[in-house]
Amino acid sequence: MSFFSEALWVLLLGSLLGLELIGKVPPTLHTPLMSGANAISGITMLAALTLIIKSGDNLPLLIIGSISLGFALFNVIGGFLVTDRMLAMFSRKKTGK
Amino acid sequence: MTFIAPIKFAIDLLAVLLLALGIKGLSKVRSAREANRLAGIAMLLAAVGVLLNSQGTTGISINSWIWIICGTLIGGLLGALTAKRVPMTAMPEIVALFNGCGGMSSLLVALGVALFPSSDGSDGVVGELIRNFSIVVSLFVGAITFSGSIVAMAKLQGWLSTPSWTQSKARHFFNIFCAVLALIGGIYLSIDGQNGLFLIVIASSLLGVGVTLPIGGADMPVVISLLNSYSGVAAAAAGFVVGSQLLIVAGAMVGAAGLILTQVMCDGMNRSLISVLFGGALGSSSVASGGGGEYTNITSCSPEECALSLEAAERVVIVPGYGLAVAQAQHTLREVTRVLENSEIEVTYAIHPVAGRMPGHMNVLLAEADVPYEQLKEMDVINPEFPATDVVLVLGANDVVNPQAKTDQSSPLYGMPVLDVQEARTVFVVKRGMSAGYSGIKNDLFDLPNTSMVFGDAKKVLGDLLLELKELGVGSKG
Repeated sequence: MSFFSEALWVLLLGSLLGLELIGKVPPTLHTPLMSGANAISGITMLAALTLIIKSGDNLPLLIIGSISLGFALFNVIGGFLVTDRMLAMFSRKKTGK
Repeated sequence: MTFIAPIKFAIDLLAVLLLALGIKGLSKVRSAREANRLAGIAMLLAAVGVLLNSQGTTGISINSWIWIICGTLIGGLLGALTAKRVPMTAMPEIVALFNGCGGMSSLLVALGVALFPSSDGSDGVVGELIRNFSIVVSLFVGAITFSGSIVAMAKLQGWLSTPSWTQSKARHFFNIFCAVLALIGGIYLSIDGQNGLFLIVIASSLLGVGVTLPIGGADMPVVISLLNSYSGVAAAAAGFVVGSQLLIVAGAMVGAAGLILTQVMCDGMNRSLISVLFGGALGSSSVASGGGGEYTNITSCSPEECALSLEAAERVVIVPGYGLAVAQAQHTLREVTRVLENSEIEVTYAIHPVAGRMPGHMNVLLAEADVPYEQLKEMDVINPEFPATDVVLVLGANDVVNPQAKTDQSSPLYGMPVLDVQEARTVFVVKRGMSAGYSGIKNDLFDLPNTSMVFGDAKKVLGDLLLELKELGVGSKG
């Protein structure tokens, strides 16, 4: 029970932090921000990792975990790279000046 | 053994800190790129933390390593390839795709835990209930995120149209039916942790489809942003399932930040979230109402005439739209505007909040073509300046310059913020043909006496325009 009561606090405070983090976003950054936040939501890869590690010799579970990990990493790696590609265009212009 | 836990704890704290700084930094132009990298590093740290902790305590079997490496390599490589290959114009679709996969991942984790419970009963009755409930949430939100994102992507790609039944009341019944089924499955699963598993997955997937399918293209970015927030919620729920506080914090942060971003986007488009979600597609009733009708007064002209007007202008405003992006004409456009600037014609770009297909999408595309950031003006800034503008060049934009949105109360577009280009002295609309815009509604602008149509692919027309301007001696300093 102790984990869950702690976890509920964590959930509450994390949500509040998230609400506060983004105040005024210039429209220019809406797309990159969405894409970056999207990459972070691939953090569920940690859950997939945990699942695989704890599954021992249970083959179906290993497979489910591995597919899940693949999906998550597709999200994480793809998300960060594509965000970087977008943002690179803004910064390249600045250094060019 | 004993020193692993504190190290893991420290890594987790650092990861959360970096993630928070990352999200914060992404909302400022100057720090955005570093912030994105910071968040990437945080994710790597978090993964290392999990691996280190497991290796140090229970150990990780060879078997597990193999499956971890397989999943990582395949997912990572596909992600990297997709990210490198995808054209900038397809950005909204690709964000939807990535997002859907995140939701799928959470769903699979919950599915795995539910199918093969490893609980030793140490959590007690209440703990068991919370765990089952988390599995339900993770399945439910994960499935909605996945199916909704895939539908959003397919619609943006043009693979799926809006079926007519989704515009009727029937869709509400369908959605409520699915929601009730998912709820029943959820209650079952919460109580005994076994039954109702697939009922939830199937019903929530259908719900995701039913909710996303009726939404029109113009509103799709808002939906993607909302689904992005959902995938955060799904991740947080997965955190409860596997007992990871780091996952809960990160998921909650993304979920909440995504919600705010969705709200900001809605404000930018002057739409409420409720009307986006339940109002159905724009243009559904356009054929019946005043939206249709024939064009009566179309003036068409050649790039040559357009060049003559541009040469004589002092202030030119460019209105870029999705058509420009599709034609990959942003670089040619940049050359044209360079020529104009060289002969001291003032050039600005009017950026509608949903120019392109997502807020900020057009900014990215123009930045790709080296357009100075200061020349991009937002709608509220540029609208009062149109009466003092000589020439407006509309490139592949349609609905966002439709005066109907202000004048015709019966129009489905009525109330949408638009650029008042008709206030300018001359308007040139570069367009491939007379087909309607995304909403399928006739554009009254084309009928106005001060509007001329230049028919052709945006890239070709701009190329011709460039030649004509050079022939006229525009831009060659002297």
